[in-house]
Amino acid sequence: MLNFLARRVAATIPVMLIVAILVFLITRLTPGDPAAILAGDAAGTDQIARIRANLGLDQSIVTQFGIWLGKALTGDLGESFYYKAKVVSLIGQRLEPTLSLAALTIVIAVLAAVPLGVLAAWRFGGWLDRALMGFSVLGFSVPVFVLAYILIWVISLKLGLLPVQGYQRIADGALPWLRHLILPSVTLSVVYIALIARVTRASVLEALGEDYIRTARAKGLPEARVLVGHALVNAAVPIVTVIGIGIALLIGGVVVTESVYAIPGLGRLTVDAVLARDFPTIQGVILFFSFVYVLINLLVDLSYVFFDPRIRY
Amino acid sequence: MNAPDARQYEALSIESAAIVRTQSAWGRVRASWSVRIGGSVLALLVLLALAAPWLGTVDPTLFDAGSRDLRPGAQGEITTLEGETVKHTFLMGSDSLGRDIYSRVLYGTRVSLLVGISTALLALAFGIACGLASGYLRWLDGVLMRIMDGIMAIPAILIAIALVAMWRGSLLTVIVAIAIPEIPRVTRLVRSLVLSIREEPYVEAAVSLGTPTVKIMFAHILPNCIAPLLVQGTFICALGILVEAILSFLGVGLPPDIPTWGNVMAEGRIHFNEYPHNIFFPGVFLAVTVLAVNILGDGLRDTLDPKMAKRV
Repeated sequence: MLNFLARRVAATIPVMLIVAILVFLITRLTPGDPAAILAGDAAGTDQIARIRANLGLDQSIVTQFGIWLGKALTGDLGESFYYKAKVVSLIGQRLEPTLSLAALTIVIAVLAAVPLGVLAAWRFGGWLDRALMGFSVLGFSVPVFVLAYILIWVISLKLGLLPVQGYQRIADGALPWLRHLILPSVTLSVVYIALIARVTRASVLEALGEDYIRTARAKGLPEARVLVGHALVNAAVPIVTVIGIGIALLIGGVVVTESVYAIPGLGRLTVDAVLARDFPTIQGVILFFSFVYVLINLLVDLSYVFFDPRIRY
Repeated sequence: MNAPDARQYEALSIESAAIVRTQSAWGRVRASWSVRIGGSVLALLVLLALAAPWLGTVDPTLFDAGSRDLRPGAQGEITTLEGETVKHTFLMGSDSLGRDIYSRVLYGTRVSLLVGISTALLALAFGIACGLASGYLRWLDGVLMRIMDGIMAIPAILIAIALVAMWRGSLLTVIVAIAIPEIPRVTRLVRSLVLSIREEPYVEAAVSLGTPTVKIMFAHILPNCIAPLLVQGTFICALGILVEAILSFLGVGLPPDIPTWGNVMAEGRIHFNEYPHNIFFPGVFLAVTVLAVNILGDGLRDTLDPKMAKRV
């Protein structure tokens, strides 16, 4: 197990290295002087000169990458001249809203999608199954911001049930926090529900065809226990895998959702940084999101042991 | 060699059955309701896009200060490029600059379809090249696949946003920016197909006859990849349309004067409370288009690529 852990962690290093190279290249492939690009449009000549010396731009590109990577590894992602702050502290400030949104979305999505997928597989070909498959195609096709505006229009503007936009820190009370997050999370969870429900349905369906299901039924177990205790548990690995892969989808959705609902999180920061051509922030955010994505998928891989005791590393 | 036994004959008969089936692949595709519905809606959209100038539209960049924020169906005036003022019915209302939403949405169909199809073709072309190279040239495989792993570790929209930030938004840069994050998936698909097809007896036969590698790649292996690639291409097309709209909506895509659904919606955000039609109409067009492409893709997958259909 420990051996596997070490190997699996080691396998993420080349992936993160490639990610770092790609992110590093963002400023080097942009037409123009990298120092001027990093400094932003409002920078003076002495500022640009300082950055040039700092990045070692007079040295070879490999050395430059070494300097940049060394700084990134010690948590120095550079400085945003647009926000006049360290990129790391910018990310830190914006972390809470995004984390809240993502966590609530995953909770909603899993709680809705897994039962729906199991029921659809249980009554394969029935109305629920067909409705779910239809919904999932629809869920993949309706853009997240169109859905957001439909929900805002109906629930906030017409019915006045929830706030239209904005974010409340959880420190200011859990209820206002939740009220502001429900609509964005539901919006964002639709694609995720479509994805997870499809995979749940397919893998439970496969499990239901196995001999042990027939045995479980034959020995008179209640159907609910057959479905959850036998079919779902055995179908868990693909479901957990797709939740991990779906994080990429979630991050993309966060960027759009935060923009529509005016949530001051990392997604909003990304868009604002691009609009301001604030390259240090763009680099930092992409590096951070990719790191989280790789890390979550690492955890997913490790969780297989927990879900399927047959897997021994 | 052993004497031919029953198992070999069985294998032979199964293979010939498969050949009969592939011959009628087109028939199965045409009989699929998903393909029919998705294809018809798409054909209609293509027709709308091509015939846009003759469907009661005006130049989508025209605006008139007197016709700002009109509701759908309202009468108003619009000033042409020659300075003439003509009466115009705003079927889908107008935006805060007094531009005709109906014209912008209809012309936006052109941009969306163009971006979707170009993205799919570009991602397929590069994906096929990388996949063939990776599956055939063992020394390149390790490096190439590690790079693809790296690209796949970055969420697709972030790559697209970063690339557009680097190059600034234009039709070409947006298409390239959306296509790049899709290349690794195509590469992986082609690579896995190549690895399994190169073990087939007919490839072995071609190799033993001394057929050049390039010819084997393009004449023997690539044709057998077409069905799954067509399916994959359809899904990339749907994604491309969606991502282009997202980029434009966020204000980082095509310049705001170009009529795209995302741009119309971005403009409509400010007055959404009072004039939801600016978001509603392009939103419906966008959703219906992506839905049609996805349904078409589902139909193609179910008929052409049953192995993949079984997976999900």
